[in-house]
Amino acid sequence: MGTFPGQTHTVITHRMSCDAGAVDRKDCERLMSDLNELARRISPWLKGTGPESDIVISSRVRLARNLTHYPFTSRATEHEKREITILVRERLRQSELTRDFEFLSIEDQGPLDRQFLVERQLISRELAGGDGPRAVAFAEDESVSIMINEEDHIRLQVMESGLALAPAWERADKLDDALDEALQFAFHPQFGYLTACPTNVGTGLRASVMLHLPALTITREIERVLRTMQKLHLAVRGLFGEGTQPSGDFYQISNQITLGRSEEDVLEELQQMLPTVIEYERKARQALLENNRDELQDGICRSLGILKSAHTITSEETMFHLSRIRLGVNLGFLDIPISIINELFMQTQPAHLQKLHGQELGVQERNVMRASLLREKLADVN
Amino acid sequence: MKCAYCSRPATIHITEIINGTAKEVHLCEEHARRYIAGETEGFEEASQPQGSGSIKPKEHLQMLAAKPSEGELARLDKRSCPACGITFREFRRSGRLGCANDYEVFKEELVPLLENIHGAAQHCGKAPQRAPQTVLRTSELLKLRKQLRDAVEREDYEKAAELRDRIRELEQQGG
Repeated sequence: MGTFPGQTHTVITHRMSCDAGAVDRKDCERLMSDLNELARRISPWLKGTGPESDIVISSRVRLARNLTHYPFTSRATEHEKREITILVRERLRQSELTRDFEFLSIEDQGPLDRQFLVERQLISRELAGGDGPRAVAFAEDESVSIMINEEDHIRLQVMESGLALAPAWERADKLDDALDEALQFAFHPQFGYLTACPTNVGTGLRASVMLHLPALTITREIERVLRTMQKLHLAVRGLFGEGTQPSGDFYQISNQITLGRSEEDVLEELQQMLPTVIEYERKARQALLENNRDELQDGICRSLGILKSAHTITSEETMFHLSRIRLGVNLGFLDIPISIINELFMQTQPAHLQKLHGQELGVQERNVMRASLLREKLADVN
Repeated sequence: MKCAYCSRPATIHITEIINGTAKEVHLCEEHARRYIAGETEGFEEASQPQGSGSIKPKEHLQMLAAKPSEGELARLDKRSCPACGITFREFRRSGRLGCANDYEVFKEELVPLLENIHGAAQHCGKAPQRAPQTVLRTSELLKLRKQLRDAVEREDYEKAAELRDRIRELEQQGG
């Protein structure tokens, strides 16, 4: 074959891209140790600060975006997916908003690290379990995470502690502008931002709040509240997002409609509904205090007793008792910093325990390790 | 009764409801099998259909294709996005579209679906700050990218370079 200087260039570009991938691997090794470090500290959005933080754990805004010139992830070739990760990474490095983000290739992570990132809510289960080139970039304080080649090319999320949907949206909006400038997102005058699944098309916005509703769960009024929210076209999920059962009495409420309503309208609807739910939970707490005070206090103190003295404990049992003592703190029965309890919800998850321990552990070993961590963290609590 | 297309006895009696009118066709086993399989060749050689109410198989098949059931699905399966190759049927199966261009290609089918999901089919909210690109140009780019992929697979680098230059040109226009 003859030489065509202009033509071979395509091939060279590709090869350079792959080399860039190889350099990333060194960065990843450095990041491995950073991930272990991450396991030791609490995500700032879990600190338990911010408005209504006794009930509203966190607020989250997610935007789905796709690059105009590439097929959606499920139909993109390996080569195209690699190009997309490189393009987005370059853009993130150029913008001052995202320059300092950590960038992790998910392909290069082992199952434990992927699970760890899922538990920290930096990536979705779908990204962890996907295939081919895909990545996440996240802010050091974990308040922003940008997934690349999830169901859509880009899934941008902003997390805030407490009830803070408006600030979360403002930040997401700015990041979106910065990315769009260089990447050109697929947009249609009638359908808005185009997404792989028609349930996200339009704004591509999913706004959600994570609520802790233990009293409504105890009094079983939760069913009625959930039904009402579904009538308002709001979705309710468990702690770790899509497809999970609520555990530890955490409920994530989000909008379902993305087409035909502006971002501001969607946030407004969610905001308007929240005070009612918060009020219901407060009333249920008050009713429990008035009618079943002894029983309630007994349950909470027994939960603390178990967590302080167990030598082996499952994740499920831990979530149940942590939820009870969190309620105990908010009712004034116990004096434990809320941030410690919030932190324990995350650190007692399987991948976190293994990261903290520095090696892979079987189920039994994890249960022993979990109990030991709980005893240590709650040692000074009476 | 004899088969409409040969002298063998008609053992299969098919009733088709076409545009609200019932039409019957009486066939032998062999012709019935071929009729159901959608073959037309054997029927053309055959003698004229007999008996009242029976119709020519070719017409019959054309009418069948216009029906919304299997025929409709087959039609949906035939129309595919020129940019990513997905058919509407594949989309219905997986729930995921293949590329941005699909929203234009399957617009007619998607609008009722979107109205069902969102109660609306018109975006209201943020739009990119840059001048929105025309849908045509987007679809052109996606098509060129597919051709580029094919050319690279064939190792036809001459064609690939040409396509790459056209893609760049188009991309710069949108700048």
